Amino acid sequence: MTARDWLLDEDPATRAQARAGQAYRLATALAGNALAMVGLAIILALLVVAAFAPWLAPYSPVQGDLGARLLPPSAAHWMGTDELGRDILSRVIHGARITLFIVLLVAVIAAPLGLIIGAVSGYFGGWTDRILMGVTDIFLSMPRLILALAFVAALGPGIENAVIAIAITAWPVYARIARAETLTFRNADFVAAIRMQGAGHARVIGLHIVPLCLSSTIVRVTLDMAGIILTAAGLGFLGLGAQPPLPEWGAMISKGRAFILDQWWVATMPGFAIVIVSLGFCLFGDGLRDVLDPRQRARG
Amino acid sequence: MTLLSVRDLRVSFPRPTGGRVEVVRGITFDLGRERLGIVGESGSGKSMTGRALMGLIAPPGRVAAARMDFDGTDLTGLTPAGWRALRGARMSMVLQDPKFSLNPVMRVGDQIGEALAFHARLSARNRRARVLETLAAVRIDDPERVYRLYPHEISGGMGQRVMIAMMVILEPALLIADEPTSALDVSVREQVLEIMDDLVRRRGMGLMLISHDLNMVARWCDRILVMFDGRVVEEIAAGRLHDATHPYTRGLIASLPRMDETRAELPVLDRAALARGA
Repeated sequence: MTARDWLLDEDPATRAQARAGQAYRLATALAGNALAMVGLAIILALLVVAAFAPWLAPYSPVQGDLGARLLPPSAAHWMGTDELGRDILSRVIHGARITLFIVLLVAVIAAPLGLIIGAVSGYFGGWTDRILMGVTDIFLSMPRLILALAFVAALGPGIENAVIAIAITAWPVYARIARAETLTFRNADFVAAIRMQGAGHARVIGLHIVPLCLSSTIVRVTLDMAGIILTAAGLGFLGLGAQPPLPEWGAMISKGRAFILDQWWVATMPGFAIVIVSLGFCLFGDGLRDVLDPRQRARG
Repeated sequence: MTLLSVRDLRVSFPRPTGGRVEVVRGITFDLGRERLGIVGESGSGKSMTGRALMGLIAPPGRVAAARMDFDGTDLTGLTPAGWRALRGARMSMVLQDPKFSLNPVMRVGDQIGEALAFHARLSARNRRARVLETLAAVRIDDPERVYRLYPHEISGGMGQRVMIAMMVILEPALLIADEPTSALDVSVREQVLEIMDDLVRRRGMGLMLISHDLNMVARWCDRILVMFDGRVVEEIAAGRLHDATHPYTRGLIASLPRMDETRAELPVLDRAALARGA
């Protein structure tokens, strides 16, 4: 009996086997989705590049060689150099760290915030719901980048403030999802049963409602990653995100814009990086949704 | 000894067109450490009575009572914190269908232990021991294994036993069971009722069994309240059910099929006559 047979056994002998089998089926379903695998590969590459940036980058990302300004791509400088003689490949590699930092921090701030607001709103209903959802709708009705711009302008430019601004614009979507999920079981018997044991509202929301909203929120967060990257790059492009000399991709495009006709690589290389990474998150998020959502899973 | 004393309990909900509709219209009863059955048809207000006693009628529903005393506590003016201290610890309620009354993403054992988390300050190990003990008390053979299961992995009868364990772990003085066996297979009903009965007797709890099944209530309870249209129409000792005088109760009894049936058709309730009488 091979390992595969053991995993796909219809009558698992132990609980661990059943669980491993289920995980294996999910993994094969995901692996069968070629686009999702491409996305996963891109995300893994991003993680590796970010983790080992100082070892992978051939040159310093901030120290330039003024004698080697605006060189086209060559064997020595794969992506060429910018107007200060800095190696663009090295800057793109270090920029992966900044991108990942922004994406993760935004997810960590916005998702729990949205989850709690949505769950509270759906659970209590009535005026609480109306007020919280009113606020959510106001945030949703404004274009994301413009809202983020306004916040960064108020908080002052910088990468931390960019993260805060993007998080502020990202939570309403999660609040909506969490509220919709909460509404489906706020009157469920198991919530009544927990209340009958004497649990307070905070405990019911934190331990019984939020865990049930998690799976749909996680999928949504993966799908939103691309948007977050684009917003961060947009802020960087407008000079309100990461500040020089940090190698943020959006800011690099902004700098390269001046030479786009004669030295196209300065703006194009970080642009490629943005497109590829956001595509990766999009593809993977889509695949994850298809696999995790039992309503879309094909019966086989 | 009176455990629960209810006078003129009313539960009402707003009508969309304005005004309020009363679903429980002034019921009065006392409950000692005994087994009280409440029977009645759908919509007679029996479940609402149970929920009102637990303080779980959510707005816009409204509960009013001339008096509602439980074991020395006045329930009519209780604060939310007061209710929380009471629920689970001193009175609790078993719901109808274990499929819906257990949280699907929480292990059975953790769910039973929830009540301990906020009523009793116990270490994790003591809490676990207590949960396993209670699982054994509801006659679950392998508590260690069941502790780790999720609700979808257990059967209906087992689910209802878990629900009972959840509600008796703190040995409350009063257990309300709202149709505890309606969702179960006929073959496990008796077993679940027997477990509940055994716990109630051994721990000296009061039991309020809400059901629409006259025979079942007559068999497992000491006293029966018959509810119709939000009112108690008859109160009778379980053994004397056949001496019932109210036309509704008589109608209910007459409509039950017997083992040695001779009637060609079972009689149905004459609702027009009942409405005139009420």
